[in-house]
Amino acid sequence: MEILVCAKRVPDTAENEIQINRAGTDIERDDLVYSVNEPDNYAVEEALQIAARTGGKVTVVTVGGEEDEEVLRREMAMGAARGVLISDDAFQGSDGRGIAAILKAYVESEHYDLILTGVQADDGCAQVGGMLAAMLDYPFASLVTSIEVLDGRKLKIGQEIEGGSKEISAIDLPCVLSIQTGINEPRYVGMRGIRQVASVPIPTLGAADLGVAPDAAGEAAAKVKRVDYFVPPAGQGAEMLQGSREEIVEKLMDLLKAKGGLN
Amino acid sequence: MARIFAYILHKGGVPDDTAAELPAAARRIDPGGPVTAIVTGWDANLDKLCESLTGTYPEIWKIAKEPLAHPNAELVRQALASVLPAGSILLVPHAHFGVDLSPGLSIKMNTPYVPDVVDIEGMEGTWLKAVRQELGGQVSVHVRSNLATGAVLNIRPGAFRPADRVLGGGRVVDKSAEVGTLTARRRYLETIAAETGDVDITKEPVLISIGRGIGEQENVAIAEDLAEAMGAAVSCSRPVVDARWMDKSRQVGSSGHTVRPKVYLACGISGSFQHLAGIKGSPFIVAINKNPKAPIFRVAEVGIVDDMLEFLPALASRVREETSAPGKERRRS
Repeated sequence: MEILVCAKRVPDTAENEIQINRAGTDIERDDLVYSVNEPDNYAVEEALQIAARTGGKVTVVTVGGEEDEEVLRREMAMGAARGVLISDDAFQGSDGRGIAAILKAYVESEHYDLILTGVQADDGCAQVGGMLAAMLDYPFASLVTSIEVLDGRKLKIGQEIEGGSKEISAIDLPCVLSIQTGINEPRYVGMRGIRQVASVPIPTLGAADLGVAPDAAGEAAAKVKRVDYFVPPAGQGAEMLQGSREEIVEKLMDLLKAKGGLN
Repeated sequence: MARIFAYILHKGGVPDDTAAELPAAARRIDPGGPVTAIVTGWDANLDKLCESLTGTYPEIWKIAKEPLAHPNAELVRQALASVLPAGSILLVPHAHFGVDLSPGLSIKMNTPYVPDVVDIEGMEGTWLKAVRQELGGQVSVHVRSNLATGAVLNIRPGAFRPADRVLGGGRVVDKSAEVGTLTARRRYLETIAAETGDVDITKEPVLISIGRGIGEQENVAIAEDLAEAMGAAVSCSRPVVDARWMDKSRQVGSSGHTVRPKVYLACGISGSFQHLAGIKGSPFIVAINKNPKAPIFRVAEVGIVDDMLEFLPALASRVREETSAPGKERRRS
């Protein structure tokens, strides 16, 4: 089975305290630690496990700039056979729909049986996979937590639903699935693995290579535009306990007793 | 102003809480305009369900088709695309089903899609100004979108307060005949119910809940030790389950359990809205987190900026001092 995984390089929220720049036009990106969007790692791992069972290979694609190559190399170090960078000045400022249109053009230039995305990325939109599927007229399922290959033409999938239950469906190939974290245990990638793929060429494709129309992607095509960033309102906000750790423990003890926290 | 529709989630003949919230979001787009509910399904409960919405919506569109007996997003997309007039604005709850349904629907309807809307500031002409969140709720963003050709807007559950006033007298319109044959390339097979574990966290009055800040599996013992000292149980957020450090039955959140404790200690939990959606009954929330900007501090009553791995043992030994005093015994381990 030929599998495509769409990945994205994002600020690592576990490693950064996010600040908004003075003008409010963006977050401060100068000292940010970036990593692969976490759900995308699960998607790559799942693709590798399926390819190991069925044969075929895994390609990882990202839309971005030169700096995004590191994401592709990391996923290639996991075992993806190929990385593809889609990059063009004309794609700057694309919204989710624009990214889906770019990916659609790429998918149509190749042949893939299965396309995976992470469930969502840094913007929390969870939209590109579903849009891509609709543009390609492929079936789609979101929040996928298990995949079983039934035969060459269909998969049996599990989707997360409310309350921790799981919904099982059969889905025809080719299809697009958005992968939820926890579906597998992504393999570890060491420095050695990264070094081994450091010199593997990564093709870069632009708007002309893919035949993406100017009105399909980029800032002018965006149907949803960011105006500014701001710090979310605090609401009531927590009463922050101050003092030494011992003092804070004492204050908390009193509160816990009053609220029935000590049994 | 385009006509506004609200997609109604329901289960067992009962509408989801969001059915009362979507009209509140709609009024921020069009303060005076009517909002029409759309209900899809197929069973004896569907009419009762539509009837129950007549107090909230002036008009309810009912789509009753056998293939819609189970909410399969692929089929619901087809059904909605056939009944919604061009230029409609559709509001959908941004929960599991809405995430499955809406991105593709916006492509099918050729309209903008704004996911996970937490607030609506209003309209400037045909332009919507709304608020979203990024980076796990650490920052908010104003977004603009032109709704002149319609839109699909996914609304975060709980973000809009239902109106107190009850309309009454809404009428149910059967739109089933406008929907043609529905064919699925994704076919529902079965639902596997959530597993129950050794501890039922939904019944525990005090929860020590751990998140990504626990760092590694060995550290779970730190939380277990505090729980033992306090007579509490340990629950967790999604990353802890993803890492296989705790069982899925201990997960709090929209994809896990909904808990109603008296006291909730959120330790190393950032506080995503999916996690917060699983905490009900207004417990006393104490947040312990190294990151002073963690969203959890916006909802907690009490906040402590510290490393949970050092703070929890300090708290546990102080609790033991107290409870080992004469006449007191630990409830259980």
